[in-house]
Order: sequence, then structure tokens, then C-alpha cells
Amino acid sequence: MRNYVQWEGFEGRRWKEKIDLRDFIQNNYTIYDGDESFLAGTTEATDKLWGKLQELQKEERAKNGVLDMDTDVVASLTSHGPGYISPELKDLEQVVGLQTDKPLKRAFMPYGGIKMAEQSCKMYGYEPSEKLHEIFTKYHKTHNEAVFDIYTDEMKKARHCKILTGLPDTYGRGRIVGDYRRVALYGIDRLIEGKEKDFEQSARYGMRRGTFQLREEIAEQIKALKGMKEMAAAYGFDISEPAKNAREAAQWLYFGYLAAIKTQNGAAMSVGRVSTFLDIYIERDMAKKILTEKEAQEIIDHLTMKCRMVKFARIESYNQLFSGDPVWATLEVAGMGIDGRSMVTKNDYRFLHTLENMGPAPEPNLTVLYSEHLPEQFKKYVSYISVKTSSIQYENDDVMRPIWGDDYSICCCVSATETGKELQFFGARANLAKCLLYAINGGFDEMKKMQVSPEYGKITSEVLDYDEVMKKYDTMMTWLAHLYVETLNMIHYMHDKYYYESAEMALIDTDVRRTFATGIAGFSHVVDSLSAIKYAKVKPIRDEDGVAVDFEVEGDFPKYGNDDERADEIAVWLLDTFMDKLRTCHTYRDSEATTSILTITSNVVYGKATGSLPDGRKAGAPLAPGANPSYGAEQNGLLASLNSVAKLPYEEALDGISNTQTINPDALGHSDEERTENLANVLDGYFRQGAHHLNVNVFGKEKLIDAMEHPEKEEYANFTIRVSGYAVKFIDLTKEQQLDVIARTCHDHM
Amino acid sequence: MLLQGHATTTCKKGWIHSLESFGSVDGPGVRYVIFFAGCPMRCQFCHNPDTWTTDNAKEYTAEELIGQALKYKSYWGKKGGLTVSGGEPLVQIDFLIELFALAKEKGIHTTLDTSGNPFTTREPFYGKWKRLMELTDLVMLDIKHIDDEQHKILTGHTNQNILAMAKEMSDMGKPMWIRHVLVPQVNDRDEYLHRLSDFIGTLKSVERVEVLPYHTMGTYKWEQLGLEYPLKGIHPPEQNRIDNANRILCKGTYM
Repeated sequence: MRNYVQWEGFEGRRWKEKIDLRDFIQNNYTIYDGDESFLAGTTEATDKLWGKLQELQKEERAKNGVLDMDTDVVASLTSHGPGYISPELKDLEQVVGLQTDKPLKRAFMPYGGIKMAEQSCKMYGYEPSEKLHEIFTKYHKTHNEAVFDIYTDEMKKARHCKILTGLPDTYGRGRIVGDYRRVALYGIDRLIEGKEKDFEQSARYGMRRGTFQLREEIAEQIKALKGMKEMAAAYGFDISEPAKNAREAAQWLYFGYLAAIKTQNGAAMSVGRVSTFLDIYIERDMAKKILTEKEAQEIIDHLTMKCRMVKFARIESYNQLFSGDPVWATLEVAGMGIDGRSMVTKNDYRFLHTLENMGPAPEPNLTVLYSEHLPEQFKKYVSYISVKTSSIQYENDDVMRPIWGDDYSICCCVSATETGKELQFFGARANLAKCLLYAINGGFDEMKKMQVSPEYGKITSEVLDYDEVMKKYDTMMTWLAHLYVETLNMIHYMHDKYYYESAEMALIDTDVRRTFATGIAGFSHVVDSLSAIKYAKVKPIRDEDGVAVDFEVEGDFPKYGNDDERADEIAVWLLDTFMDKLRTCHTYRDSEATTSILTITSNVVYGKATGSLPDGRKAGAPLAPGANPSYGAEQNGLLASLNSVAKLPYEEALDGISNTQTINPDALGHSDEERTENLANVLDGYFRQGAHHLNVNVFGKEKLIDAMEHPEKEEYANFTIRVSGYAVKFIDLTKEQQLDVIARTCHDHM
Repeated sequence: MLLQGHATTTCKKGWIHSLESFGSVDGPGVRYVIFFAGCPMRCQFCHNPDTWTTDNAKEYTAEELIGQALKYKSYWGKKGGLTVSGGEPLVQIDFLIELFALAKEKGIHTTLDTSGNPFTTREPFYGKWKRLMELTDLVMLDIKHIDDEQHKILTGHTNQNILAMAKEMSDMGKPMWIRHVLVPQVNDRDEYLHRLSDFIGTLKSVERVEVLPYHTMGTYKWEQLGLEYPLKGIHPPEQNRIDNANRILCKGTYM
């Protein structure tokens, strides 16, 4: 058993023998159930650095959203020398390290696809290097090229017509959370030792493809670990051994994360569940009287500042999918232990307090793992922060803990994975609303006017018959589920081959569990459309080719979002059915199929590509985001809407069920105290019913409209709103998406 | 308590304008709000003129409504519950008694949001009202104007019976919130506010006084109903007038 001097004062033994962060945390954390009065404000250093960073962000906005870009250096762990927020202020930074040599400068990452890397340069007026073009077209294949080499015609058509869309074949798949805490607790040398042992153990007589692949991957991971040491050394740190105090722990941990964001431009690059872990170091330092509260807050503020600086070069189509330049540096606080103890520590308050110290911000994507059993004082504080900043999201720890344990991280917007033991193959979404139109039109795409699925035959009746539609829809969903999984299998095979996440995987157990995360778009529209066909009279309006391009609805029908069992049972049926179909498919590396009802901001793009639907939504209009009820469908207020969403069983959508609600402050209570208390009651009531996720925005429509019309106003520079699964600065959204956010139901009964 | 059992056997129906699952400014905590249809008052600043008549109302039984309300019990926490608003709920006092009786049977906190306008000490109303009070945990009483003449101009009715109802509730120790919609040029003169404050000072069971700044968000409903909006040109009160009203009315001496 190792026993580093840096571990002095820590309890437990299992974690010393074997890499086991959970064991370390459970043995050492200090529960906090008091209020926020201990918190400290900013230090002078924080004010200066944050001031400088805000200037840079302003400059970035003035330059169309990109401050600077690499064009001729391929990003790697050691491609750049050290970078700082400002050279003059570098000694003030408690946590150092940038993706490139300059703040907010975007790195050149061609492994996902050279075309995309070049496009993103050109989009912002930069000229990509000819030499790199030659290397990555002639001598080195990329993930994107590889996937398109093997796609079938049907896959390409499904992709073109956007019944499958947002697929990670033009950008990094992301959603792999390295256990960055390992760098701090063990130091790199111990981690290399562990991986070397795994490498040896993988050798046996009769090795085959699977083993070759694994051995190559471990070899890459070891190289990445060595690279991390070199990267840290450039900043003057030796991370071969464990961190000895809180500041080092934050720094070591951040170096682990930095290694990930230097090498991968994944759609989501989560930080993970680091708050309670760091609290243990802070508590130890405070007991030794070598750290004050002010200094502790400074470390957390600076770490948070770094998370606010993560940037990737994205292309136009990516921005349309995921607007507002998000990176999903998701970071969790709170949650309960499986032994029933609260895991809230003072550090959870410190992370939330960064939103007061440095104002609201979309990153890190602060996520509260909510349980009705959390300390009352903490619940009050998070509600208060929500009312003040609209910057945090809530996920129900009581439904996730039984499945993922008490050391899971959120790897994207809302999806849980056990930290350091699991990874997720991200799979974007299948558009089930379009699939319903395919069922009606026999697989003929209503927008692109081409046959996509096999010709199962159109429905030709004057009025749609519910049973006939359901039968056809079932067939079409089976076809789609199969095609979808096969497409993703190809993508992930090639991603592993050409754009393997060696830095992140080096910080995850070699014997990793994998989930296969599919997703559903257009959820509420399918439910309401089927309800219309069942309870009202729906007549398709067909064009000259007999394709239904619009629908006439006679009579009233129940809609999802009103706590009406007739509609809500269709919703549950839809989720169950699609999930069952996915489960019958073979998945890459024997991963476990899951699904999500989560669209992020892509609901706008998906909507554009989807024809008119029987629920009354017109062609091209945005779909409702995530699991939200449709625009205008909610007739009985917020709680009725929440009750409908809460009925969706989390077990059938383990990748997450996202719900975003905007509440007018005047409709939440007369005073901040009332608003805070009422919001806490809403959260308790919603999650007690087994619901999974809630984004809470507290502002009125007027503010959104004013911000859209006057983005130059100082007060809107950091105006942050929650959208499906993440937060964005409202002024960074495209106009279309701003209008979409404004159009969504704002609960404002007064 | 005589009423228990009655409630489930009769099947009166009430005229309901609308239902709201999330009321958070309609009494303590998170509330399920039932808006009764029909109101005898014609307040010039009314932001819900669509609740004056039963034209677009639907009929519900008490059981149906309580069944709906209970779906939201998990959000109510320690304070929340059911609020009946309107329209003027006291117009349908028989149904209201039945509804609240059933609510109390289910252990639901009941709040009545009323203008007090139908109140009279004449029978049979008075007896019913006293029974209703047994079933009501909190009354939110809107006092539109303290001056009787001005009250008549503003609402078309006297305020004498309304103030008498407040007095009765005070005598029986019924918890009350007094609400006052602050309308510039109509009732925000200091003289009126002081008189109102003096009146509230005589009441023993007032837990809270709420000043509700007049807003114009309901004017479109007047237009939809083809009605002339009488307060055209009057804007919501300035913050300093709201603060002033709060200073005068929410003194804390009677809270």
C-alpha cells in the first residue's frame, strides 16, 4: 500500500490500495448543513482577473464571437507554451492553464474532420494552413472522412432529410468525463503504473481484434499521461505526485481537465463531480490554519473562471444545432450518499457563490443534484441563486442514485455516468415527429420530396384512422431505430479509431462500462398529433403526389402538458415503445442502449426540416425543446405541465428527460423570500414524483424582448438563461433562437 | 363539522371560469386556484372582466375540483393549498361551502379571495356565511376604496357591508390578509390611505396587508368583450407611490 506524505490526515485505506475516488470521498468529506453566511466575497486578484476576462469577452463579441484562432498548429497536450489571462496578471492566477498560448484563442483540431476545422477558420476570416491541409487530406485520415467512407446510401438519405440529425460525424462526440480528481489524489506516476499493469494483464494467448484495440488504447492513454506531466511542467508544476494542499488539488485537477479540452472538441466536455472532493482538501488546509475562507473562495472563483474560458472552433451548422457557443463544462454540486448522508459541503456553496461573486454565466454548467432530503438551508440557497441568476439546473438525485450510485457525473446536459468507471457514446437524436409523417406518407420525405425508408405504402384514407396510423407508425419506428443504431455504431467505431479520447480515457478505469445514448426529438408533437388523430378528426391535405403536406383538424383533443391522462399515456407509450426497439439492436462494444428526450437548442433546426403535423404545428416551425409540452398546449399552468412531464419513467430514458420552464418573477411571489420559498416547493413537488430534470428561468418576456432589441446594454452582457440542458448568454443566441425562447410559454399567471 | 358527509352526498355544481395549477401570489405558499365565474361588482380597474358573467364558464362538482386540486398536493409544502378566487366566490356560497367542506375533509388549507360585496347580515346568507367561515382558514379581503362615495363610483356599490364583514371576521378572530389595489388618481391619495390604515388598525386578526400596484395587462380583455375601458390613460403607479402606500398601510402594528 502506497502512503504519500501528501495524504497525511486523510482517512480510509481502500482508496490507497486501489484507485477509488468514491471510497476516498466517503471516508473524508465534511457534511455542511448550515446557511450561506460563511461565504466570502472576491479578492482583489479575482476582481482584476475577472475584469480583464470581461474585457476580453467584450472584444470577442465585437469580433463576431471569435477573438483569435490557430491556423497552423495542430492542438495537442504540448503544442503550446503556457498561456495566461494576462501576462501582467499571471502571478495572481491561483489556477493556471489555457487551451492555447492566449486567452480565448481557439485551437486547430483536425482529427474530427479537416473540412470542418478549415471551415471554422474561414467562417471567422482566418486562412487555414496549406501544409496542414495536405497532411490531413493526403497522409492522415480523419474521423469524418472515415465515417462517410462506410455510410450506406440509406444512412446518407436519412441524414440529408434530417430524420437522423445532429450526429457526431462532423464534430467530436464528447460526453466522456475523465475522472480529473485522480490527478490530484494520486499524481500522474501512480496512474501510469495502474495503466501499465492493465496493459500487461491484457496480454494472453489467443489475442484478437478486441484485445489489439484495447492494447493500443492503453498505450495511447499512457502517452497522454506522460504528455500531461510535460504540459504541467511548462507551467512550472510537477504533477507526478499527489497534490499536497487545496490550491494544488484544484490545479492538478484542472490540468487533467485541460488535457481533455486541449485534445478534444467534443460537443460536451464536462468537468464532473469535483466540488465535494475539493472541499476535503480545503477543510484539511483550514484545520491546519494554512487557508482562510477568502482564499478558499478565491481558488474556486479562479477555477470557475477557467471553466468560463473554454472555447472551441465550431462550424456554422454546429452553431445552429447548439447555439451560444456552449461547451457543457458541466459541474455538479450536492446529492445524497447511498448511506443516506447529505453530500452537501461548504464547497457546494462556494461554487454557487461564484455566480454572485462574478455574476451569472453559462459555464460551468452548474448542476444541482437535487433530493428532497438535502439540508433545508441549502435548498433555500439554491432557489435563491436560481431566482437571482437563472444559471443553474436541477437533476433528481433520488432517481439517479439508485442507478448510478453516489459518485456519478453529468456528462453532458443531463446524462449521468459513474465517474471514472463509465463512458457514454453520444448519439444525437432521431426525429420521431418526422417519423410519424413517414408513417403517413410511406417513408416519402415531406420536405425533400424523396423516398427515404423502404416503400411501406402511404395512408390514403380521407380521415386518418388511429389504428391504421399506429400500425404504420410502429413499422416505421422499427425501421428508424435499426437504421439509427447502425449509423451510430459506425460513427463510434471510427471515432475510436481516428479520434480516440486518450487523455480522458487515461483517467477512467480500463475496464470501462459503456452506454449508448440515443435521443428523441419532436416528442410532444408526436403525442399531441396521435391524440388529435385519436380524439378529434384529422384530414390530411395532400399534394399532387398524394403526400400529406398539411392537416385539417376538427374538434378538440387532449394535449400533453395539462396533466391529462389521455394525452400523457400516449407520451409514456411513445417512450416505452421506442426504447424497446432500440434495445433489440446490437450496439458497438456491447454498450447498453439508453435514450434521452433532450434537444438542446437543436429543436429549431429540427423543426425547420419537419413538415406540418396533425397537432397543428406548421411546417418549419420549431419543435418544442426536450420533453417540454408544445407551445401553447399548456392550459392549466406550470404545475399541470410539470405533472405531465413527471409521468415519463426515468428508467426508460436513462440518458435524461429535459424540461425547461420560465417563470415570471411576479408570478413566483411578491418578495425574493417568497419566490425562493415557492420555488423550493415547486422543486420538491416535481422531483418527489420521480421527475428527472428541470431548468428554471426566472424573468419576464419583456426582459427577453428588450435584450434582443438592445444587446449593447451593459446589463445584458452576462444575461444568462437556461435552455434545454445548458445555459447560454441570451445575446449570443441566433435571432431565430431568441424568438423561439420568447415564444415559449412563460408562466405568468398573476 | 356538521357539513361533513353532506358534501359527498349532494351533487351541486359550480360555475367555474378557469383553473390554475400554480398560484404563488394567491395566499400562503403554492396554491391551486379555482376562479369562480360571476361577479356583481363592476370595478373600473378589473383585470378579469371576463369573469363577471358565467358566459364562458364550465360546470364542475366539488368532487371533481378537489380531485383536480389534489394532483398538486406534492407542491404545497407546509403552507400551500387551495384558493378560491373569481369573479366573486360568495355569489355561489352554497357551492363554495360544499367545496370547502370537502377540502377540509381532505386536510387542505383553504383560502377565500373575496371582495366581500355579497355580504349581508340578512338570512339566509348570514347563516351560510358563518358556516363558510368555519371551513375557511384564511380570507383575503380586497378593499377597493375606503371612502364609500368613491367606492360607489369605482365599483358601483357601497363598501359599508364589506367593512362590516371585515369587522365580523375580526370579532371571530378569522385570519385575514387585506389587499388593496393601488390606482393612481383613484385611491392613492394619502388621505385615503391613512383612513384605510386607521380602519385596518381596528381589526384584530389581520396577518398581512398587500398593496397591489394597478396594472393594465387586463385591458385587452375589455376590448375583447367590446367594453369601453374606463381608466384609459391611467398608468400603473410610480415606485415612490407604491413605497408610500406600503409605508402607510403595512405598518406592522396590526400584523
